[in-house]
Amino acid sequence: MSARVAVVVFPGTNCELDVAGAVEQLGGTADLVFHTETSLHGAGAVVIPGGFAHGDYLRTGALARFSPVMAAVEQHAAAGGAVVGICNGFQILTEAALLPGALQKNAGLKFLCRTVECRVETARSVLSGRAEVGRVLRLPINHFEGAYTCDPATLDRLQAEDRVVLRYLDNPNGSLDDIAGISNTAGNVVGLMPHPERASHALLGSADGVVLLESLLAAAGAGSVAA
Amino acid sequence: MQYEARIEVTQRPGVLDPQGATVERALPALGYRNVRDVQIGKCIRLVVDAPDRDTARGDVETMCERLLANPVIEAYDIELTELASSG
Repeated sequence: MSARVAVVVFPGTNCELDVAGAVEQLGGTADLVFHTETSLHGAGAVVIPGGFAHGDYLRTGALARFSPVMAAVEQHAAAGGAVVGICNGFQILTEAALLPGALQKNAGLKFLCRTVECRVETARSVLSGRAEVGRVLRLPINHFEGAYTCDPATLDRLQAEDRVVLRYLDNPNGSLDDIAGISNTAGNVVGLMPHPERASHALLGSADGVVLLESLLAAAGAGSVAA
Repeated sequence: MQYEARIEVTQRPGVLDPQGATVERALPALGYRNVRDVQIGKCIRLVVDAPDRDTARGDVETMCERLLANPVIEAYDIELTELASSG
């Protein structure tokens, strides 16, 4: 049976079809799950895709966090299921406290839309299990609030527990410690600003995101946790 | 009772405020060389019904902690004013 991935859709989400398309191209099954739903349809992994959930009103991710579907996402994460937040999804996961820290406005106050190089820093997360540590991936970024920040104690913990998943080679947005993506302690919840789904085919300019999505599909197939 | 709350949300000290830094660099270009410590935040105004002032403040503080501010990067300051009853 192919790996099932729930792709959460909030009002204002705009990358759900890109994620679903990339998942299906790699042999997985993608289910779009609307924010008012309370179940993840038995999927083995959840992706919160990019966009502007609830218009990014108040703060990015602040309102999305209270949507009914987030209780199911939290339950899935607590049961050890794979949860990945891409871009706006990363912002939502930090607001929901499923990941520590916060994403701030880019240091240069510019909206950034370009391809950047990121180094894989660990293979112990659900998004990088099949990636080679040290490999440099060319991935697109597309954000205004992408500068990762946290307090010094949290940064120490992220480093000591091997929870930095991706680092920028040439920091584009002022992110603390060049962080492009992090995981929770167990490695089953990951947030990242770059878009692996937009680097999933040579025709898109890069297929470097495939290894990340394949890692996720492997994790989704391994553990179908919540119903 | 009705209370008007004015909530000022700003970056916590030590957290980078790129908007404040940019405005601080822009003001001298207009000739204002006597400006420092520019901070940019937001102001939220709301009216809350509560039996007394302490309850009103408690409610607004909870709103700030849960939604109106992100305690990881933001600090908030609440100014509460009792609204004159219309009766």
